[in-house]
Amino acid sequence: MNGNIWVNFPFIVVALLLALGFYTIGFKRNLIKVVIGIEILEGAVNLFLVALGYVRGGYAPIYTLAPSEAANPQNMVLPTPQALTLTSIVIGVAVSALMLAFAVNIYKHYGTLDVTKIRRLRG
Amino acid sequence: MIEHLPALMIAVPLFGAFVSPLFKKKQNIVAIWAILITAVTVGLSLLLMYQVRLNGVIVYVFGADKPTLVLPSGYKVPIRIMFEIDGIGAFMAISATLMSFVGALYSYSHVEGESGLEKYYALLLLLEVGILGMVLTGDLFNLFVFLEIAGIAGSALVGFRNYRGEASEAGIKYLIVSSVASLMVLFAVGILYGEYGNLNLAYISRQVSFNTLDMIAFGLLFASFAMKCGAVPMHYWVPDAYTEVPAGINPALLVSTYASLYALFRVSFTLFANISISLARVGWIMSVLGVLTMFIGVTMALVQKDVKRLMSYHAISQTGYMLLGVGVGLTVLHDPKALAEFGRTAMAGGIFHIINHIIYKSLLLMTAGALFYVTGTRNLNEMGGLARKMPITTLCFIVGAAAISGLPPFNGFASKFLIYESSYRLNPLLAVFAMVTSILTLASFVKVFASAFLGPPLEKFENVREVPKPMIVAMVILALLCILFGLFPDVVLDKLVYPAVDALINVAQYQSWGGLA
Repeated sequence: MNGNIWVNFPFIVVALLLALGFYTIGFKRNLIKVVIGIEILEGAVNLFLVALGYVRGGYAPIYTLAPSEAANPQNMVLPTPQALTLTSIVIGVAVSALMLAFAVNIYKHYGTLDVTKIRRLRG
Repeated sequence: MIEHLPALMIAVPLFGAFVSPLFKKKQNIVAIWAILITAVTVGLSLLLMYQVRLNGVIVYVFGADKPTLVLPSGYKVPIRIMFEIDGIGAFMAISATLMSFVGALYSYSHVEGESGLEKYYALLLLLEVGILGMVLTGDLFNLFVFLEIAGIAGSALVGFRNYRGEASEAGIKYLIVSSVASLMVLFAVGILYGEYGNLNLAYISRQVSFNTLDMIAFGLLFASFAMKCGAVPMHYWVPDAYTEVPAGINPALLVSTYASLYALFRVSFTLFANISISLARVGWIMSVLGVLTMFIGVTMALVQKDVKRLMSYHAISQTGYMLLGVGVGLTVLHDPKALAEFGRTAMAGGIFHIINHIIYKSLLLMTAGALFYVTGTRNLNEMGGLARKMPITTLCFIVGAAAISGLPPFNGFASKFLIYESSYRLNPLLAVFAMVTSILTLASFVKVFASAFLGPPLEKFENVREVPKPMIVAMVILALLCILFGLFPDVVLDKLVYPAVDALINVAQYQSWGGLA
C-alpha cells in the first residue's frame, strides 16, 4: 500500500503551490512579484489538472502509434485533462504578457513598482 | 440556417474583431465597421430570444453531425462542447449585444482623437464575444475560457489610455482580480471533472451528490463569481476600472460584470440545484451579501468628488439589489407556496433590475463621459452651470438619475418595487435597507446635478457646446429605453423577464438538454 501515498503526492504539491501563490499576491510589494504569484497559482491549477488525468501504466490515446498491449482502449488515458491544461497555459501566457505590459507602463508613469506607492486612485 | 444561430452569435463578433485591425489606416471606417457588426449581433440576439420563446431551450452541439445530436449512438454521456440557451441566456445575450452597439455608437465621437482605434474596436468586439460565450455556453470549461477572454479584453480596454498612469493602475488591478477569480473557477472545474468525469453543466448537475469536495467546488465558484461581479468584500476594483475605462466601453464592461452575476446564478440554481436543504442557507448568504453591497456602495458614493467614481460606487450598490432579489428567490426555491407567493416576483425583480441597471447606469456614465469630453475634468467642484450649454445631456442625466433613484415613471422604479414588496415578505429589514439605499442614491444624484449642471455659468466653459451627434444618439436611445421600460414594465416582464426567471427555476428542463435526451 506504499504506492497510495505517492499517488497523492502531486496534490500535496498543488496545495503548497496554491498557498505560496496566494501568499505572494497578498504580501509582496513588488508588482513583478505579484505577477509571479499569479503565475505560481496558474502552475498549481495546471498541475492539478494534469495530475487528475494521470493513469499509471496508461498509454497515449493515439490508436495508430500505440504498442500492441495498448490495443484495448481501456489501457489508454483520457486526453481531455491535457487539452484543458494546454488551453489554460495559452490563456496564462496572454494574461502574464498583458500584466507585464501594464507593469512596464506603470513604472514609466510612477517611477516605482512598489504597490503601496502606486495609489493615485483612491477614495 | 436558423439552427446555426447560437454559433453565429459567437462567430459574427469574432470575425468582426479579427477583421478590425485591417482598417489601421482608416480610423473612421473601423468605427463604422464595429457599429455594423454590433448592430448585426443585436438582430441575431433578438432572433435567438424569439426562437427560445418559440421552441424552449435551444441546444447546439459543436462538431456533431447534426447540431442537436447530444448523445451519438452508443454514448451515455455528452462528450462534445455544447451551447445551451434558455430564457436567461437569451435575456443576457440581448443586454450584451444592445450595450455593445450603443457603446460602439458612442465611441465613434468620444474616442475620435485617440490613436490605436483599430485595437480599441477589436477589443470591444472581443469583450462582446467573451460575454456572449459566457451566457450561452452549457459547458464548464468553456465558461472558464470565455470568462478569461472577457477579462483580458476588458482589462486591456481599462488600460486603453496608456498615456495616463492611472489607467494602467486600474487595468492591472482589474486583471489581477479577474485572473485570480478565473483560476479559482478552473480549479473548481478540475475538482468537478475529477469527480464526475464530464464538463457538461447539465450532466454534472444531475450527478451532484454534495459531498465535501462538491462543497469546496461550490464555495470556490461562488466566491470567484461574487468577486468578479463586484459584491462587497471584493468591490474595490469596480470604481477604479469603471472610472478609467473610456465611457464608450462602460456599457459593455457593465454587462461583463453581470455576465459573472449570471454565472453565479447559473451555478447556484442549475449546477447545485439538487441540494435542497442547504440552498436556503445559500440564498440567505446571497441576500445578506446583497444588502451589505448596496449599503456600503451607496455610503462610499456619497463622499465622492469625481463624477465617474461616484457613479461607479452606485454601480456596486445597485448590484446589491440584484443579489437581494435573486437571493430571496433562492431562499424559498424549495418551498412551492412561498415561491409562488413572492419568490418568483423577487427573482423577476432581481433579473429585471439587471437590464434596467445596465441601461440607466450606462446612460449616466455616458453623460459623465460627455461632461469629461467638453470640460476635460471629472472633478465635480470644477464644473458648474452646464445645463444651458448642454440641454440634451442634461435631460438624459435627469432621466438616468430619476431611474437609478427609483422614481415612478422610470424603469428603476419598476424593478425596485418588485424587490421591495417581495423581500419584505421574507424579512422586513431587507426591504427597509433597500429603501434607505434608494433615498441615499437620490441624495447623491441631486448633489451631482446641482454641482455640474446648475449654478452660475463659469467663464472657462463659455465656449462649451453640446457633444457630437453620435454621442447624443447613443444617450437618447438609452434614455428612451429607460422611459419605455418604466411605462410598460408588464410587456418587458412578460416577454423577457419571466421566461428568464422560469428558466432558472425549472432545472429539469435544462438537465434534459431541452427534452432532446
